[in-house]
Amino acid sequence: MIDNFIALFADALEKEKSAVAINDEFRNYEEWDSLAVLSLIAMIKQNYNITIPRKDFDELNTVSDLFEYIQAHR
Amino acid sequence: MGAKIKQVEYYLPERILTNEELEKAYPEWSAAKLEKKVGIKQRHIAGPNETSLDLAINAATKILETEDKNLIDFVLFCTQSPEYLLPTSACLLQAKLGLRTEIGALDFNLGCSGYVYGLAIAKSMVNSGLCKNVLLVTGETYSKFIAEDDISNRSIFGDAGTATIVTYSEEDMLGEFVFGTDGKGAENLIVKGLTARNSYILQNNERPTLYMNGPEIFNFTIDTIPPLLQKVIAQNKLQVTDIDYFILHQANKYILEFLISEMCLDKNKCHIDMLNYGNTVSNTIPIALKDSLKQGRIKERDKVLLAGFGVGYSWGSTIITL
Repeated sequence: MIDNFIALFADALEKEKSAVAINDEFRNYEEWDSLAVLSLIAMIKQNYNITIPRKDFDELNTVSDLFEYIQAHR
Repeated sequence: MGAKIKQVEYYLPERILTNEELEKAYPEWSAAKLEKKVGIKQRHIAGPNETSLDLAINAATKILETEDKNLIDFVLFCTQSPEYLLPTSACLLQAKLGLRTEIGALDFNLGCSGYVYGLAIAKSMVNSGLCKNVLLVTGETYSKFIAEDDISNRSIFGDAGTATIVTYSEEDMLGEFVFGTDGKGAENLIVKGLTARNSYILQNNERPTLYMNGPEIFNFTIDTIPPLLQKVIAQNKLQVTDIDYFILHQANKYILEFLISEMCLDKNKCHIDMLNYGNTVSNTIPIALKDSLKQGRIKERDKVLLAGFGVGYSWGSTIITL
């Protein structure tokens, strides 16, 4: 399941899947910008049907944080 | 008894701010990426002495080239950048256009949902017999609220003015409306300053500055707009396949493409064109209407769904017949 999430995550950020590890702090990616945030929001809404409030999102740092948040709120 | 849109015109300020200019000012920012994803190549920016009222007047002047100004019996002006705190900008517009003094005029303060609300007010006034020809104008200059170093908002917003005549018609061409409001979102798109909550004081030559929490606005849009469209289609007793064309507020290409895919709409029936204007707030829907008519994308008798959404939060939708 996390494997599928990493694939979707990498796609949203236009990164190679192999360049994404679960403990990566995604805000440190070179691709990270305001559009990347929108891409992630869109990907999560389309695939998991949830919207993450900004205040919650700001506390998520790693790919795995994001995945766990989604699992907890589905 | 009913109401219809008789004519739409718009006006864009002369000064154009291109992506290349922005890229020069912010070397880390990518013009190509912005154009590809957000769908904006340039935006028009009002001059230092050019206001929303000026833009609205220029748009209305185009309409008055063919419409008899003495037939206008009400003015509705939608703006969030009024000429003054008081008096009402619509009163100034009445005088500058030389409209009759025996008419009503008022401003209303809404952003991206404003045009749809304006149509609703105009329709009600015409249908109730209060008026026969309403001049609905929109004018917006968010550029004056955006900080010099705020690349995100500078790249998205453009200035413009529009004018629409809503007139009496035997058949009701403006359909049922659906509205929505959630002031809990107020903080996510806001200009503070020179207002009561700030004691009308700005410190150290500060200017009122626009703040937008983009991700929250995006969340609001993707949660609110799909149900809004379903509701307005049902309220008009139509099916989604009955709609010939969709004109959603042209916020940016990214949001529109997301909404289209989320709602499985036919992309060819959806307006996406803010390439040369940017997001012009309450002006985007009338600009899109005018362009679509001119380019033959919509024609007489077509059913066109309009939906505005944003600052407030405020949203509204209707289905018009051309």
